[in-house]
Amino acid sequence: MSLPDDTSQGRPAMPTAIIRPMKTSWLHRLVCAVAILIPLAPLSPARAALTIEIIGTGATQLPIAVVPFRAEGGLAQQITPVIAADLARSGVFRTIDSGGLNPLPHEPQDLNYSTWRARGADAVVIGAVSQLPDGRYDVRFRLMDVTKQAQLAGFAYTATAAQLRLTAHRIADVIYETLTGAKGVFSTRIAYIVKKGKRFELQVADADGYGAQTVRWSDEPILSPSWSPDGTRLAYVSLERKKPVVYVQSLLTGQYQAVANYWGSNSAPAWSPDGKRLAVVLSKDGGSQIYFINPDGKGEPRRMTFSTAIDTEPNFSPDGELLLFTSDRGGSPQIYGMPVAGGDPRRLTFEGSYNVSPRFSPDGKSFTFIQRNGGRFNVAVQDMTTRQVQVLTDGTIDESPSFAPNGRVILYATETRGRGVLSAVSSDGRVKQRLSEEGSDVREPAWGPFPK
Amino acid sequence: MRKLLTVTISLLLLALAGCAATPTAEQSGAAVEDRGKPVGPPGPVPAKPTPDSGAKPLVDKPLGAAALKDPGNILSRRSVYFDFDSNLVKDEFRPLVTAHARYLQQNPGARMRIEGNADERGSREYNIALGQRRSEAVKQMMQLLGARPEQIEPVSFGEEKPRATGHDEKSWAENRRADIVYQGE
Repeated sequence: MSLPDDTSQGRPAMPTAIIRPMKTSWLHRLVCAVAILIPLAPLSPARAALTIEIIGTGATQLPIAVVPFRAEGGLAQQITPVIAADLARSGVFRTIDSGGLNPLPHEPQDLNYSTWRARGADAVVIGAVSQLPDGRYDVRFRLMDVTKQAQLAGFAYTATAAQLRLTAHRIADVIYETLTGAKGVFSTRIAYIVKKGKRFELQVADADGYGAQTVRWSDEPILSPSWSPDGTRLAYVSLERKKPVVYVQSLLTGQYQAVANYWGSNSAPAWSPDGKRLAVVLSKDGGSQIYFINPDGKGEPRRMTFSTAIDTEPNFSPDGELLLFTSDRGGSPQIYGMPVAGGDPRRLTFEGSYNVSPRFSPDGKSFTFIQRNGGRFNVAVQDMTTRQVQVLTDGTIDESPSFAPNGRVILYATETRGRGVLSAVSSDGRVKQRLSEEGSDVREPAWGPFPK
Repeated sequence: MRKLLTVTISLLLLALAGCAATPTAEQSGAAVEDRGKPVGPPGPVPAKPTPDSGAKPLVDKPLGAAALKDPGNILSRRSVYFDFDSNLVKDEFRPLVTAHARYLQQNPGARMRIEGNADERGSREYNIALGQRRSEAVKQMMQLLGARPEQIEPVSFGEEKPRATGHDEKSWAENRRADIVYQGE
């Protein structure tokens, strides 16, 4: 399945906007706190959009109907198609057709539960949109349980026309969380690199691939984007100075600066969970070794590994206490763990002769990485305690895995017909999505954090 | 820049004058190795004049910056190729590395970057580190041959700037490489 091209949905530069639940008595539950949208700096919207293909389904799929909201037909950005696509893409839901009903239900009293039971829906989403005098929109929805004939969740949001799509993602997040218990990631963002001819673009897009914006571009390679924990900055490596240099760029202002530009190569940035340091790989003292630096580049780097081997691809545990990294100190590249406070690195991977690119899961209980099996490079997950390994993908060249902030999905880069595409796999390996951009080479994805 | 060049050439001529009078064992060895080496067709050597026809004993003519671009001079050869997962500088590239090391020694103002590269297989960041190891291996050999460490900045492009874009062993071999680039080039 491929979503329609929707190139006009670039996230415009806008003042800080607030989407808040409306405190009306008809709402049974009020879950969300005030959420603030963080606008991207005024940068050029990318022309093409990523399109998404879904392969496979979850073990059990929850049947849900998303009924078109009242008065959304006239909107440039309709709400319910986005909600339905988000839910379907997760692989956890099966959307039930709501066609043929006249009139469509928009309020609980309109609902004929037996109709929905007959269609096989366990849950129904209803809602309405209305324009406010100031031109903004009131968007309200309710999630209804068909069996219990009761409301599970319901919110109202105020949004500008430009925020309608994000509002739809937020509604999908509430539905996902209410029905699965895990936070939704539909309103999060991803960063990745697109190669177009000779040009490299660092782009940020919504998790569904829409609203892509070019944050930085160069005729020299850009790689290894890494999100700051608050989602406002990206660290990355650029070769624009004819060598690898680590940059940090604000997504709020668009300003960037070199933060590691030492003698030799500078690469592999990773943020500490408190956002106060960056782990980077420097070769200034010979070899590729891990150092901590300040994200503003000030002060002296503090060396963290001391080997004559390659130590690279550092990644902090969510509690900030452990550092994972790739090292060939044992003869082949393997994944090691090291206490940040000091102590000897311990080897963690033992299966196979090539295990690289470790990234912790958000709960810190496992990590994803790339394992070479024969000539193939695949995404795997290893449990930190049991050390059990599960290989999740079967591509030829899979690279750069990173967990979604809810831990349910892993985003990675792969290749089809010589072209780089992004893929996502559920952490049980059952559902795969492919995100591709027509005529481009997409690589180096990194899933951003939950919005703060 | 011109002044620097003049100074460089003068120093070079002085240095070469000394060399011509008392050739070191290393230098004559290099020259002999260049001419007589029958190492068969080395796999991925670029299609440039072979050392046999092109290289002249270094003592024979002054080494100005022009020598770096002279297709007949070994200094115009800039690429050192590596085996898979290896940073060993193979014998066939010793003459090339030796010539550049000597150039650096004779031109103390000269600066170069060695750009390590890796084939496309595997992690991009790990490949940056592999390329770095290759550029550092070449640097180390040059230092042993008399270049000063501050003259050589070893860096890595990893798999990011492939010279050959195919997905086969031939392309991979072409991309397992360290390139010598002088400052100002």
